[in-house]
Amino acid sequence: MIRAPILEDSVLKKTTQRNEIVDALTLQDLCRFCQAEESWVIELVGHGVLEPVGSSVEHWRFRGMSIVRAKKACRLNRDLGINTAGVAMVLDLLDERDAALRRLARYEMLSSGEVDQ
Amino acid sequence: MDFKDYYKALGVAPDASADEIKRAFRKGARKYHPDINTDAGAEASFKDVNEAYEVLKDPEKRAAYDQLRNGPPPNEGQYQPPPDWDSGYRFSEGGPQSDEGFSDFFENLFRRGQGPGQKRYAERGADSHARLQIDIEDAYQGATRTLSMRTPVVGPDGMITMKDRNISVRIPAGVSEGQHIRLAGQGTPSPGGTAGDLFLEVSFAPHPVYRPDGKDLYLDLPITPWEAALGGHVVMPTPGGKVDLRIPANARNGQKMRLKGKGLPGTPPGDIYATLEIVNPKVSTDKARALFEQMAKEMPFDPRAHLGG
Repeated sequence: MIRAPILEDSVLKKTTQRNEIVDALTLQDLCRFCQAEESWVIELVGHGVLEPVGSSVEHWRFRGMSIVRAKKACRLNRDLGINTAGVAMVLDLLDERDAALRRLARYEMLSSGEVDQ
Repeated sequence: MDFKDYYKALGVAPDASADEIKRAFRKGARKYHPDINTDAGAEASFKDVNEAYEVLKDPEKRAAYDQLRNGPPPNEGQYQPPPDWDSGYRFSEGGPQSDEGFSDFFENLFRRGQGPGQKRYAERGADSHARLQIDIEDAYQGATRTLSMRTPVVGPDGMITMKDRNISVRIPAGVSEGQHIRLAGQGTPSPGGTAGDLFLEVSFAPHPVYRPDGKDLYLDLPITPWEAALGGHVVMPTPGGKVDLRIPANARNGQKMRLKGKGLPGTPPGDIYATLEIVNPKVSTDKARALFEQMAKEMPFDPRAHLGG
């Protein structure tokens, strides 16, 4: 994890680089981005892990959450050897866990003033 | 460089069998995987576990490493391997399949001839991936940050050196958690062709006030008992500027107010959800005491009526 320090003003003026938010990727773009095979991405779509817009494979566009999920799915497969069905379940459970953790954080904050008698 | 204890990283004994090492690696990889474990140190632990396994799974590398490990102890933390430490052992290069390199210790001793994820004469350099933690405020206004990357670079003599470089990144306004910023041409350079791209996965640093969920932000908004009872307007600071929030009369503790479009910018922008939290003032003056006593006397109110008994 990189924690970026605040930049000095003197360095700022030299920044003329191209950068952009990654969005609306084609199947080929997504495969390059995730370093994955097309057949694996198509399988992920088949399991409902990724939901591209567009009627046919050639017209697929992967946006927002689908890009994040694709990258996670590829890492989980590469690093832990989890197959498509397993990845689909892990990602769903992670979403549920994160939602539960957010709710828990809220309740912990509300009850932080507890006093024993 | 520091000596790395790969047996400790996997939590196994130095005489562990190949099967035990594989089991420990699989368990550790599952436990520390950065997509699963959100603790701050998980990513570093995951890297350690992978690096340790990369060496210990290969009998030749393990034997060479064991010989080093049983050699003279490191001198004040600055480890230098003896010359020709690896003579008599043959192993091929290996390393992480993507992203940054392993530790200096690994890069110096076990990597031969090529950088991570890079074919030596590829037409196009490999893409690099890294994570970037920003503040929620940065996502509203946009910001410029500089980050330093350590990448192994192949010199003209075929030797690997770790090179530090500073890259300045313009964070576009409206970026949300999990999105990626692409920096064209900032990935791994290629001797014969164009450099790859650098992708930065954005996450938000924990914020004392806001809890992000996609483009929405959640917070607890403290209000006074009389603001809750009478209703009215309160001024609430948000990362996008101050907003006027209307509290309904007889507001309840825990009641959720939605500020449409005031969340993270985008098309459409997110919302802010403020949960009302009624805070009692501390009674410290006679005047305050008198006011509460007057309420106690003149307001018939039993919040425990529904408890029965």
